[in-house]
Amino acid sequence: MYVAGIDIGSRGAKGVVMDNNHIVSYTIRDTGPESVKTAEETMDSVLECTGLTRDDISYVVATGYGRVLVPFANANISEISCHARGAHWYFPSVRTILDMGGQDCKAINCDENGRVTNFIMNDKCAGGTGRFLEVIADVLQIPLEEIGPKSLESTQDFPFSTICAVFAKSEALSLLKKGVAKPDILNGLHDAIAVRSYNLMRRISIEKDFTITGGISKNVGMVKKLQQKVGLEPLMAPDAQIIGALGAALFARERAEAKGV
Amino acid sequence: MKANYGYADATGEYYITIDTDRCDGCGECVTACPEGVFETAEDDYGKVVAMVRDEMRIKVGFLCPGFHQVCSKREVNCHSVCQPGAIAHSW
Repeated sequence: MYVAGIDIGSRGAKGVVMDNNHIVSYTIRDTGPESVKTAEETMDSVLECTGLTRDDISYVVATGYGRVLVPFANANISEISCHARGAHWYFPSVRTILDMGGQDCKAINCDENGRVTNFIMNDKCAGGTGRFLEVIADVLQIPLEEIGPKSLESTQDFPFSTICAVFAKSEALSLLKKGVAKPDILNGLHDAIAVRSYNLMRRISIEKDFTITGGISKNVGMVKKLQQKVGLEPLMAPDAQIIGALGAALFARERAEAKGV
Repeated sequence: MKANYGYADATGEYYITIDTDRCDGCGECVTACPEGVFETAEDDYGKVVAMVRDEMRIKVGFLCPGFHQVCSKREVNCHSVCQPGAIAHSW
């Protein structure tokens, strides 16, 4: 039986197809301005090269910001539950999850069954999100993928006085004008974001094991900063950006089985 | 599950926490709150529980006047009507 999870995030759209307990294929695309179209394209893209068609998929669960706009979904489930479920599939020992997405950040506790026991999210402010890093990458004219490794080259600490994405942009610009090296600016910004995420996590309980999901988990500089702040070595999934979609696919499998599809 | 709805900003922390293990989904808080902060709906695990309404979550610090300063002085409030004591406020 094949099932699918579609995660329409604020910046990226992810799709996962599962067969019993393994991932058949997955895809990551940009979220376009039209959610329905993005959902259709994500589904087509994840089915590409699998030899499967939509008729082969028994059940689809949608999650993420755009989850209500996935016309072919059988159900929609919040990304909080999906991230817990997906992270637990990779690492059953995980109890604390930090999901750092394009435009929000969530801290989640789950139990030994991958059920959410506590969660908190910050979706009011772009500080500490992927969008923030995009703005900074743009200011420094460094490709987004390179800012994490670059931040590790820092030799001097320049603490940022703000984690507001708008003010940090001007602060970064003024530091640039003073001749501060880009790695040092990036280091300061990564530090500010890590502190913010850690403050969010402190409202739930920080327990072993710890994992980071979402697009920012691909930033090695941020992962290292978080490890220092949190004091736990994070377990990292091979591609932690798809964890939400993976969790959705796991819910899809459970619901399809319950329905006897 | 402890569901924390709200946010922290420069002015403070505004979180309403609903303990969904305690909440029985009776909906008394929905009618008790004059600002209409709550609703009841099925959560992801199929249990009907109280939640902070979706559109309220990013502005809850403005819409809910706060329990400790304001609503605790009212005879009826979301805490007083909640028999299982499932609701908590951070401000």
